[in-house]
Amino acid sequence: MILRFPELSKMKIGVVTFPGSNCNMDIVHALRNNLQYEVVELWHKDSDLQGVDAVVLPGGFSYGDYLRSGAIARFSPIMEEVIKYANDGGKVLGICNGFQILCEAGLLPGTLMHNESRKFICKNVYLLPVSRTASISADLDDKAALKIPIAHGEGNYFLHEAELSELESNDQVIFRYCDENGKVNNSSNPNGSANNIAGVCNVGKNVFGMMPHPERACSEDLGNTDGLAILRGLETLIKA
Amino acid sequence: MPTMTASTAPSTLIQAQDMGLTPDEFKSIEKILGRVPNFTEMCIYSVMWSEHCSYKNSIKWLKTLPKDGDQMLVKAGEENAGIIDLGDGIGCAFKIESHNHPSAIEPYQGAATGVGGINRDIFTMGARPIAQLNSLRFGDPEHPRTKWLLEGVVKGIGDYGNSFGIPVVGGEVFFDPCYQVNPLVNAMSVGLLDVNEIISATAKGPGNAVYIVGSDTGKDGIQGASFASKDITAESADDLPSVQVGDPFQEKLLMEASLELAKTDAIIGMQDMGAAGITCSTSEMSAAGNVGMDIYLDRVPLRQADMEPFEILLSESQERMLVVVAPGKEKLVEDIFKKWDLHAVPIGEVTEGDTINFFVANEIVAQVPASTLVLGGGAPVYEREYSEPSWFAESQAFNPDSVAVPSLKKALEIATDIICLPNIASKKWVWEQYDSMVGTLNRTTNRPSDAGVVSVRGSKKGLALTVDCNSRYVQADPEVGTAIAVAEAARNISCTGATPSAITNCLNFGNPYNTEVYWQFVGAIKGMTRACEKFKTPVTGGNVSFYNQTANEDGTSTSVFPTPTIGMVGILQDRDKHMSLDFKEKGELIFHLGEMSDCINSSEYLANIVGVKQSPAPKFNLTQEEALHVCIRELIAKNLVTAAHDISDGGLFTTLLEMSMPNLFGFDIVSDDELRIDGFLFGEAQGRIIVTLTEEDQDDFFDICDANKVGAVLLGHVTKGKIVVDEEHVGFCSELRAYYDNGFEEALDL
Repeated sequence: MILRFPELSKMKIGVVTFPGSNCNMDIVHALRNNLQYEVVELWHKDSDLQGVDAVVLPGGFSYGDYLRSGAIARFSPIMEEVIKYANDGGKVLGICNGFQILCEAGLLPGTLMHNESRKFICKNVYLLPVSRTASISADLDDKAALKIPIAHGEGNYFLHEAELSELESNDQVIFRYCDENGKVNNSSNPNGSANNIAGVCNVGKNVFGMMPHPERACSEDLGNTDGLAILRGLETLIKA
Repeated sequence: MPTMTASTAPSTLIQAQDMGLTPDEFKSIEKILGRVPNFTEMCIYSVMWSEHCSYKNSIKWLKTLPKDGDQMLVKAGEENAGIIDLGDGIGCAFKIESHNHPSAIEPYQGAATGVGGINRDIFTMGARPIAQLNSLRFGDPEHPRTKWLLEGVVKGIGDYGNSFGIPVVGGEVFFDPCYQVNPLVNAMSVGLLDVNEIISATAKGPGNAVYIVGSDTGKDGIQGASFASKDITAESADDLPSVQVGDPFQEKLLMEASLELAKTDAIIGMQDMGAAGITCSTSEMSAAGNVGMDIYLDRVPLRQADMEPFEILLSESQERMLVVVAPGKEKLVEDIFKKWDLHAVPIGEVTEGDTINFFVANEIVAQVPASTLVLGGGAPVYEREYSEPSWFAESQAFNPDSVAVPSLKKALEIATDIICLPNIASKKWVWEQYDSMVGTLNRTTNRPSDAGVVSVRGSKKGLALTVDCNSRYVQADPEVGTAIAVAEAARNISCTGATPSAITNCLNFGNPYNTEVYWQFVGAIKGMTRACEKFKTPVTGGNVSFYNQTANEDGTSTSVFPTPTIGMVGILQDRDKHMSLDFKEKGELIFHLGEMSDCINSSEYLANIVGVKQSPAPKFNLTQEEALHVCIRELIAKNLVTAAHDISDGGLFTTLLEMSMPNLFGFDIVSDDELRIDGFLFGEAQGRIIVTLTEEDQDDFFDICDANKVGAVLLGHVTKGKIVVDEEHVGFCSELRAYYDNGFEEALDL
C-alpha cells in the first residue's frame, strides 16, 4: 500500500540526466510507476528546473567519470541551477554518482574515495536509518535494517576527524551500513566508509546524498520493496 | 604525399603472405580485379578474407545448423544478430562473441572491448541492451599468470559494462591448464526492441549519404581481425597494437543517440564498426544491398594526423558506426548526434553497381567489388579434412572400477574439498565486480535461479538467459559434449519455469588446419544440431574463434579444449511463476528427478580430486533429457515444486549445498545402496534435477512425473541447517558456506 499526503498529490520531482547517467531511467521508473509521483526529466544542458518541488541526481558515470567521480558534472549548466536552488533551500537528493556530484559541488561535506578493496562492489547491503531530524530518514524505524543494493567503485566516505564529529553531533548522518540485524560494525562496512556512513545531509537538512540505490528495491518484481520507504521520504522532505 | 605511392603501388605475394593471405588467395584477387591489387586493396582483402571475417574454414559446416523456428524474426546470417519474437510487439536481439586473442595479451582492454563490441551489435539493430552474460576460461589456478589474466579480464568487463550500464545476469568461470596461454573471453548481450523499429545493416538508394558516427579513427586495433586469425605464440605480445582501447562513455552516448535515431525515419541502414572497421562495414552493407559506395577517406575524423589510407581502412577504433541516411534527413541525423556531443560526418555516398571506391584527395586509392569481399559472396570457402585423434579411443576405454570407492566418511571429507575447488566454489569475487542490477529488471538478485531471469516491461513475460559449456565433456567427446552443452542450457532455462526459444553460439577451437581439431569442430556441429533440433532451439548466430592454442617451446602446440559456448534465451510467459533454486522451508521433501546414476566420467571429482584426466563424457540421453525438461516446466506451471536446481558441475552434493546456502537451511538425505557413494555424491550424469515440495503435493507431483515417464526418487528433507548424509553429520550449512565462499579466493590467492 502506498501512503500519500493528499495535499502533495501534485508534487513534481525533477530527475537530471547527465551524459553517462545510467540509473536515471531506473529512478524515473520507481518514482513514476512504483510511487505514482509526477516526474520531470531534466537535461544537463538545461538551465531551467521547471518549477519542480525536489531534484534527484541519479547514479551512473557522468562524463565517464574518467577524472574523479562527479568532478566534471558539477560544471554542467543544470548544476549551476541546482546549486542556486539548493542554496535557496531547495530539496535535492543525490544517489550514488549523484551523491559524488553533490560532494564535488560543495553542497555536501566529505569525499567519496575508492573502496577499501579497490574494487567495484555490487551487492545487497543493509542500512540503518539514523538522523531523527533530517526529514528523509526521520520517519523511518531506526532499529530496523533496510535491504538496499550498492553498486560503486568510489563509495568510501571520508571526512576529517573534526568535521566528522561535527557532522555526527549535527545529526547529519542519514544512513549507516549495518548487518541484517541492524548491528553497525566493521564487517558490515562494505567500502571502508568513516563511521559506516552510507548517506549524509547538509547542515540545512535540505540536501541529501547516499551511495546505496533505493530505486533498485522498489517492486515485488525485483523481490525487494525496502527502497519505497526511503523514496517516500521525499514527500516528508517536500512537506517539511 | 609520398605515402600515397606506397599505398597505391602494386602489392607483392610476399606482402600478401605477411598479412595472412595464401598464394592461391592472392591469385584469386588478381583474377577478380583483372590486375595485381595495390597495397591498399591487398590489405582490404587480407582482412575481409581472414578467418575472423570470412568464416572460410567453418561456413560449410555452420550452414548445416538448424536456423528455422516459429519465433524467428531475423535469422542467422541476415543481420548483426538474430531476433526472436516475444509477442506483444516486442522482439529480442541477442548474440555471443569471443574476444580471446586480445584478452590473452592485454586482458583489461581485450575483455572491455569485447563487451563494447557485442553490445554495439545489439543496439545497432535498434534494440536496447538489457542484460549481459559472459563465459570465461583460464589456465591453472595456481599459475601467477592466471591471476593476472583473471584480474584484468574481470576488471575490464566490469569497468566497461558498469559504466555503459547494462547488468550482468549470468555467466561461468572455468579453469584448466589447456587455457594457460590462451584464455577464452566470450561475452553475450541481449536487447529488446519494438518489432516495427528493427534497423537493417543494408545500404540502399544510390545518392544516399554515408555517415561515420561516434569516435574518431585512430591507429588502434589495426588488423585485429587478422591477429584473431592466427596462433597465439610467444611473439604475440608484438601484436599489442592490434588490441583496441575501449571507451564505455562514448559507447553509452552512441547507444542513446542510435536508439533515438531508431525512432525516426532517417535511417536506411546502420552497421557497427567492429573487426576491419570501415572496410568491413562499407563492404558488408554494400553487398547486402547490391550497391556500391564512394568513400572519401580524408573526410574521416582522425585521432592521429599521419594515417595511411590502409590504416584508416583497417583501424578498429571502437565506438564507431556507419549510417546510410535517407534523403533529406541529414540535418535530423546530425542534430541527434550533436545533442549527444558526437560526430556525425558524411564520408561518401551510395552508388549504383557493386564497386566501392575509396578516395584520398579525390584520387582513387582502392577500388574493389563489394560482393567479392564478403561471406556468401566472393570470400573463399574451404572444406577441411578431419580425422579422429588416437586419444579419443583411449578416453573411451576408461573403466570406473579402476577408481577405488571411498568410504562414506572419506567421501564426505572429499565433499568439503570439492566445494573449495575454483571450478565449483562461489564466484562472488568475480560477479560482485559487475553491476548486476542496473536497469531494475534483474529478478535473480533476490531469487537465485538456474538461469538469469529479467522482466519484460509492458508484458507479463520474463526472459530466462544462460551461457553454458562444460568443455571437459566436449574434449572427452565433441559430439556428445556439445549436445550436453545445449541440454544443460535448456535444463537451466526450464528450471526457472521458462521454455527455451533459441541459441547463439561461440565456437572456440584450435587451429582448423589441424585435422584433429577440425574433427572436434565437425563433431561439435553435429552434436549441436541434434540437440537444437530436439529442443526446438534454432541457432540465431554467434561467432567462430579458431587458433586458440598454445605454441609450446619444443615446436609443438596444445589446443584448448574445444569450447562451443551456448548462449540460450527462453521465455517465461508469466514471470510471477519464476522458480528459484533455494530451499524455502524446513521439512520440505527433497526429490531427485531423472534417472539415478553413479557415473563419474569427466566429473570435476574424477579430473581434479582423483586426477584422471581422460574419460568419456558423462552419461547422457537426449530423449530422457527432453522429457525431464517438459516435466519440470509442468511441475512449476502447476505450483507443485518449491525449488528446482539441476545437477551439474560437482554433482549432487554441490547441488544440494547450493540450494541450502541462500537461506542457510540444510539437508538430510539417504544414498542408494546400489550406487557407488562417490558417484552418487559427485557424479555428473546428465538429465537430473533436484526439487523440493510439500507433503500434500506429493500425489499430484507423482502423477505428472509418471505421465512424463520421468523417475522421481525421495532423497530426504530440508533441515534447519544441519547437513546429514546416511546419518553421518557433515556440518552446518553456515560452516560449509564459509568454505564455499572462500575457496575461489584462496585457490587463486586473490
